[in-house]
Amino acid sequence: MSSMALAIGFVLLVGAFFKTQVIQYKQYVMQSEENRLRPIPLPAPRGIIYDRHGEVIAENLPAYSVSITAPSVDSLRSALAQLGPTLQLGQNDINNAIRRYRRAPTRPTVILPDATIDIVSVLEEHRLDFPRLIIQSVPKRYYPDGPVVASFVGYTGEITESDLNDPKYASYKPGQQIGKAGLEKQYEPILHGKEGVRFDEVDARGRPVRGEGPRPDLNPEGAPPLYTNIDLDLQKFTVGLFADSLQGGAVAIDPNTGEVLALYSAPSWDPNKFTGGIPVEYYKQLLEDKRRPLVNKAIQGTYPPGSTFKLATSIIGLEEGVVGVNDHMPVPCTGGYQFGNRYFRCWEKKGHGSLSLEGAIKHSCDVYFYQLGLKIGLAKFIAGGIQLTMRDKSGIDLPEETQARWPYAIDYYNKKYGPRGWSNAETLNLAIGQGANSQTVVNMAKLYSAFAAKGMAPRPEIAHLVPQRKQVFTLTSIQDSVVLEGLKAVLEAGGTAGASAIQGLTLAGKTGTAQNTGGDDHGWFVGFAPADKPKIVVAVLLEFGLHGSRAAHIASAIIGHYLKVGPIKAVMDEG
Amino acid sequence: MSRPIVSDFRLLAAAGILSLFGVAMVYSAGQTDTPTAVATLYKSQILWLLIGMGFAYAVGHSSVRFIEWMTTPLYALSIFLLGLTLVIGKGAGTAASTKSWLAIGSHRIGQPSEIAKVTVVLMLAKVLASQRETPKSLLDLWKPALVVGIPWAIIMLQPDLGTGIVFIGIFFAMLFWAGVAWPLLILIASPAISLVLSFSVGLWGMWFFLLLALVLWYRPYLIEGIVLMVLNVATGVVAPMMWEKLAPYQQNRLKVFIDPSADPRASGYHVIQSKVAIGSGGFFGKGFTLGTQKRLAFLPEQHTDFIFSVVGEELGFLGVTIALALFLWLFLRITKIAERANDSYSSLVAFGLMSSWFVHVLVNVGMTLNLMPITGIPLPFFSYGGSFLLASWLAVGILMRISGEGRGSALSLRR
Repeated sequence: MSSMALAIGFVLLVGAFFKTQVIQYKQYVMQSEENRLRPIPLPAPRGIIYDRHGEVIAENLPAYSVSITAPSVDSLRSALAQLGPTLQLGQNDINNAIRRYRRAPTRPTVILPDATIDIVSVLEEHRLDFPRLIIQSVPKRYYPDGPVVASFVGYTGEITESDLNDPKYASYKPGQQIGKAGLEKQYEPILHGKEGVRFDEVDARGRPVRGEGPRPDLNPEGAPPLYTNIDLDLQKFTVGLFADSLQGGAVAIDPNTGEVLALYSAPSWDPNKFTGGIPVEYYKQLLEDKRRPLVNKAIQGTYPPGSTFKLATSIIGLEEGVVGVNDHMPVPCTGGYQFGNRYFRCWEKKGHGSLSLEGAIKHSCDVYFYQLGLKIGLAKFIAGGIQLTMRDKSGIDLPEETQARWPYAIDYYNKKYGPRGWSNAETLNLAIGQGANSQTVVNMAKLYSAFAAKGMAPRPEIAHLVPQRKQVFTLTSIQDSVVLEGLKAVLEAGGTAGASAIQGLTLAGKTGTAQNTGGDDHGWFVGFAPADKPKIVVAVLLEFGLHGSRAAHIASAIIGHYLKVGPIKAVMDEG
Repeated sequence: MSRPIVSDFRLLAAAGILSLFGVAMVYSAGQTDTPTAVATLYKSQILWLLIGMGFAYAVGHSSVRFIEWMTTPLYALSIFLLGLTLVIGKGAGTAASTKSWLAIGSHRIGQPSEIAKVTVVLMLAKVLASQRETPKSLLDLWKPALVVGIPWAIIMLQPDLGTGIVFIGIFFAMLFWAGVAWPLLILIASPAISLVLSFSVGLWGMWFFLLLALVLWYRPYLIEGIVLMVLNVATGVVAPMMWEKLAPYQQNRLKVFIDPSADPRASGYHVIQSKVAIGSGGFFGKGFTLGTQKRLAFLPEQHTDFIFSVVGEELGFLGVTIALALFLWLFLRITKIAERANDSYSSLVAFGLMSSWFVHVLVNVGMTLNLMPITGIPLPFFSYGGSFLLASWLAVGILMRISGEGRGSALSLRR
């Protein structure tokens, strides 16, 4: 009987082992592999960004990252305290490392994302003292032209806590680099490569025991390149025009496709300094700079468009049929216009006399446009502006763009001032690009592109995508040519930008002055060339530029530079 | 003493193969990627084995009567040494908080409880064999109860729960072998069962009525019946209070026994890693000395309490089955020795020694698969440890002697 009991006891035990070792084998093998194999992520290189001619805008350089694996926060702290002097760690570096660890304790914690070769060689010497240290060659983002491209390319940096909570970044891990602004952010899903993995064998305390992986590596996959429409040569030329003294924004677009040829905000900043953590000093310096380099004046800053908006007023008036191409307004310009009990000045105190539309555009006669605005009527004028996308983002493929400001309806004024708190004088303001009207440089470039392309407004695109165009207005060919003649005349002798004319090239455009209550007025110019077969639209805003003639100089220089290289490119395209 | 030396070769072979198997596993347990002190322990284990075999040889050449004559002094000595641990005892290894080691200064000499496992068997056998009639009532059992109760109480004071369980196992197994009726055994065990079941009122209630039925059917002395029922009620109610009295590590071990994942980083970690080691061994194992769980230090106490996990990981289901078959072979052999023994003392000693090992194997091996709580009791012939190996081979020697003096020739046992 006792023998039987013994036998039964052993059979039960053997059965239990059979269940564990044979039936549940796979599950336990997985657990044992998980125990001993520590995946070390291998960062993938980001996609290279090229300009339209294959010049490099953003690339990757080899750098070294130092990371560590730790079984606990305390162990990490003491390791950091030990390494501190060698790695020249600041309190900030230590805090960051601990934050990264807390977020993903099983992943190697990045201590220095971009270690100098000096630090790396010292660490290599002491490798045995710090068995958990991982020194890796990692790709580091580099922009050969730095500040020249910062306005549109943005920068990369470590993913933040709040990003990690964003479902958009669900697959990301702490310590990874992501696009933080500009193209880098906009095209993050494309530019981000696929991280690889190397497997280290570790013991129960997380110390690596085998040099070569017990399992084959999964190699990182680099992202495909991003081809852009940017003309790096034109971009550099534009940056040179602003030099160090001017501040403002410039956008150059091919009106037929919306391809953004150049986009710049002055003063700029160096995105290379931002890679791998923004240095506190540099960031402080940028923040305290009165010229606000961190505000992108091409896509973020909004300014009253001033007289450049008279193109919109003209288009709306013509489309509505309230003005004929040869009509003169009832009241000739004598330097101002009496509306109710208020007197609205023309910028030209001497007055322009009686003008048709073409002359009014050429001379930018405020009195003419006051009356045109009144003829259109506020409701239709607001609707027309909305139709011309004056209340929209231009749709440029940059994440930071600000929406342009324009009333949504008459109700806007009722809500703002009360039903009796405002008068039709608002129409007069809107008609000359003042009032509740604030536009980005890129959105004005889009408006003039739409005119240059006979009403087809293109979506401005930096990346080389399929062009998207949308009909926003329709003018008869006579109407169109009258407005065009007016815009051409602006750059002829006697026009407001006559001094910016180019020999052998017909330019068309419009200057503008944005009233600035806080200081000197901002100067605008938006124009295109060749006037009869436009290939480039340029919008320039100079902060505190007083009026548009200086901006017109810059714009015409950009146009001239571009069109000189234009024919060469055309030959290449045909060949 | 001119008796011819007859050796029970099967017993010797089973114990010898198990010991060599064990030494090999202790050697493997030392083969870790980060070398530790365990790396050289197999050498001392071999030394202890040789010493133990020497003892066995000596005992094997004495006589059962000499052993019986030595029983009382040896028992007294082991009680004295056990008592001494309460005064100058030290802890070690997983049981660092207990006082099971005798030490001079910082030098640990041995664990008296390991020797007591043998002497208590001898003493119990002597007491039970001296009783003319089979115990029929609880009162008849006061002597055997005292023989086990004294060392058990000391061991529980150390406190060493695992060894305590072994003593209870020995007690019941030897009473059973002495012919005590099974209802009486259940009645003796009933307060302890009440204790365990007290955590569930329903289960305890069911048990209580079953017990009542048993008492009415078996009809022990009235006073005994009443005392038993009172005791059951007392333990059923007292248990939760007892729980509070347990040391936190003991509470933890019991809790973790119920749910290892409750505490995966502390006590439960041991069991989880042990199961992972065994399970990942599969059918053929990862190869001798090549277990990753052991090599990379995921498996704790791989040379003592969890040495069988190393067997499972490195030699797989095959190795486990062979090891358990060897144990079964040994135990069946000893059972036969007990059956064929010349007198009831010899028979009880043989069966007692076997049951002591059986409890060890059951609890230790069961623990590696989380079928038993982690009580920190070693695996005979496998776990590293001098006292236990020595005591085990002492037992082998005694068994050899009993086998040699058994009825008929030892050859007649070979059926």
